[in-house]
Amino acid sequence: MVTTGGPYALGGSFPRGDGGGKVGSRQVRRVDRTVLVTGAARQLSGRFVRQVRRHPAVSRVIAVDTRAPGYPLGEAEFVRADIRQPSIVSALAAHAVDTVVHLDLGPAPGPTGGRAAAKERNVLGTLQLLGACQKLPTLRRLVIGSSTQVYGHPGRGPAVLDEDAPPTAAGGGGFAQDVAEIEEYVRGFARRRPEVAVTVLRFAHLLGAGVDSPFAAYFRLPVLPTVLGYDPRLQFLHEHDALEVLGRAVAGPGDGAEEGEQGAALGPGTYNVAGEGVLLLSQAARRLGRPTVPVARPVTPWLGSALRAAGVRGVSAEQFASLAHGRVVRTARLRAALGGPLEYTTAAAFAEFAAAHGGPLSPEAVTRALDRVEEVVRRG
Amino acid sequence: MGDAKVIPFDEGDRRRARESAGRPGEPGGPEEERAAGGAGGGLDEALARGFAFLRRRLTGAYEVDEFGFDPELTDEVLLRLLRPLYERYFRVEVRGIENVPAEGGALLVSNHSGTLPLDGLMLQVAVHDRHPARRQLRLLAADLVFRLPVVNELARKAGHTRACAEDARELLDRGELVGVMPEGFKGLGKPFAERYKLQRFGRGGFVATALRARVPIVPCSIVGAEEIYPMIGNSRVLARLLGLPYFPVTPTFPWLGLLGAVPLPTKWTIEFGEPIETADQPSEAAEDPMVMFQLTDQVRETIQHTLYKLLVARRSVFF
Repeated sequence: MVTTGGPYALGGSFPRGDGGGKVGSRQVRRVDRTVLVTGAARQLSGRFVRQVRRHPAVSRVIAVDTRAPGYPLGEAEFVRADIRQPSIVSALAAHAVDTVVHLDLGPAPGPTGGRAAAKERNVLGTLQLLGACQKLPTLRRLVIGSSTQVYGHPGRGPAVLDEDAPPTAAGGGGFAQDVAEIEEYVRGFARRRPEVAVTVLRFAHLLGAGVDSPFAAYFRLPVLPTVLGYDPRLQFLHEHDALEVLGRAVAGPGDGAEEGEQGAALGPGTYNVAGEGVLLLSQAARRLGRPTVPVARPVTPWLGSALRAAGVRGVSAEQFASLAHGRVVRTARLRAALGGPLEYTTAAAFAEFAAAHGGPLSPEAVTRALDRVEEVVRRG
Repeated sequence: MGDAKVIPFDEGDRRRARESAGRPGEPGGPEEERAAGGAGGGLDEALARGFAFLRRRLTGAYEVDEFGFDPELTDEVLLRLLRPLYERYFRVEVRGIENVPAEGGALLVSNHSGTLPLDGLMLQVAVHDRHPARRQLRLLAADLVFRLPVVNELARKAGHTRACAEDARELLDRGELVGVMPEGFKGLGKPFAERYKLQRFGRGGFVATALRARVPIVPCSIVGAEEIYPMIGNSRVLARLLGLPYFPVTPTFPWLGLLGAVPLPTKWTIEFGEPIETADQPSEAAEDPMVMFQLTDQVRETIQHTLYKLLVARRSVFF
């Protein structure tokens, strides 16, 4: 089980609420947690806002973004604020926020804007948010939705990366470098506010039936461009599991409410979050049923920029870099903390996506065609 | 191979089946015991197996491990392609295969030579084909292998990974048979005059890894690989231009172009020595430089002596 020695012994810190009702023989303290979630207009963040509201210990959810989300947030309160502006300080203080979940990170800044805008939002946004958090006396818990891209595109180094692997300073900018810088700031924050439990979750590529992520966009292309002579190992994370892990991280150790149906909570620290097992890109394309077109590596940055300029989503120079070298992370630490593996393996997460977005060369179609060929060969 | 479809066989169509029998992949040599089918339906069964294989490959219904190792592709395609080279061209003779443990992690340490790492590939075939447990050898390869397009992809699918302590440890902990050639490029690219003289064994990192994982070290000596490309020169300028550790000049390469890259058909012998146990060492041995040097030397000396012994017994380079 998770150690209760974490700095967030919630039951004692917040004796507010309805005084705690007796459930069975065990006393469950009802605590009023106020959770602030950034990037509410992003898909994962929006879904998390709706889910975390149902957590028994959470009484208020404040969703923050610069633009209104395109879907109802349920009971959550929406605050239009830019985390890059100092106004975020007053938003945090006014609501006496005790838990901040920072999910406003991504390779694309939103519907519009280029690389520079994305970097500003990722890095400066986090810097400003952490600055505001530092001035917030009520803060007890900080959860960062990071990415396994922090490991860069490891052309060298071990094949399976664990949390202690040094983040390779991915030169040439890109989202990988953003994440590396952000995590550096977060480590600095954790040093300055040791009483705040900081959990960094490094998510693998998100996938699921309705997920809108760079890899989901890539796999929806009619023809998948690949890098000639490279077949990367890929790891996917089902959206359901991402939300589950975020919920466990918010619950925090020592929270009486999480003991029951919610399962073990995640303590502070850094965790790789990815489905078990790997798929090779070629294998994934076959399971999906889409043809691939290999592109020579020197051409890929140029092609990536051109396709991006043409408005094709899912391919970019950075995406091609991911398609050359795979990135596989070890998830033993998360497994130990959760007491078991995630619900979806990499293959299962991909299978669900393939069922919804499968292409013309689906395994069934290929099998039927091969059956016919075999018939012809055998019977003439 | 268990899910091969059973398809009713028509007596009158042997002719057709015979026509398509010319393709490679027919059972032969070490494959015989696996082709468990009866005498009559051999061809038909091969056909059914072939289609079952194609079906699995084209629909992606196979597994790879976290290192990218694709056991089915390795067994059915990659090793099959290497086998003619192993059996017919280099006529590899294997001795002491019983020294390779049948299960659990073990570290195979071998000499390295031949300009191109053919010795590693032949070692993989030898372990797989000659060992009763048909073990797969997971080789630790140089960074360069994983920087080259196509080569990196094939190396991962064949079960190899980058030579680093983390990967080696992970594989050994999973009970895999890991192969390492500590001489590295110093051995691979040494001049012809230095053949069968073992180069420095790195810093002995492989010994530390084996000690930490508590697996035996199996010394392995390969004779024959050192003469396949008699390297008489090394063009440093070209090597630097191409970003390679060395650029070999042999009597035929690069003068005859690609034809000059055909290796000489030498006769090979691979001998596995007695395993050196590490489980009885104290747990702090991996941190003790003296123990490490001693073990490294012991492995190196064993390989060197076996090489000399095999060389003395050898009748000719080619027979």
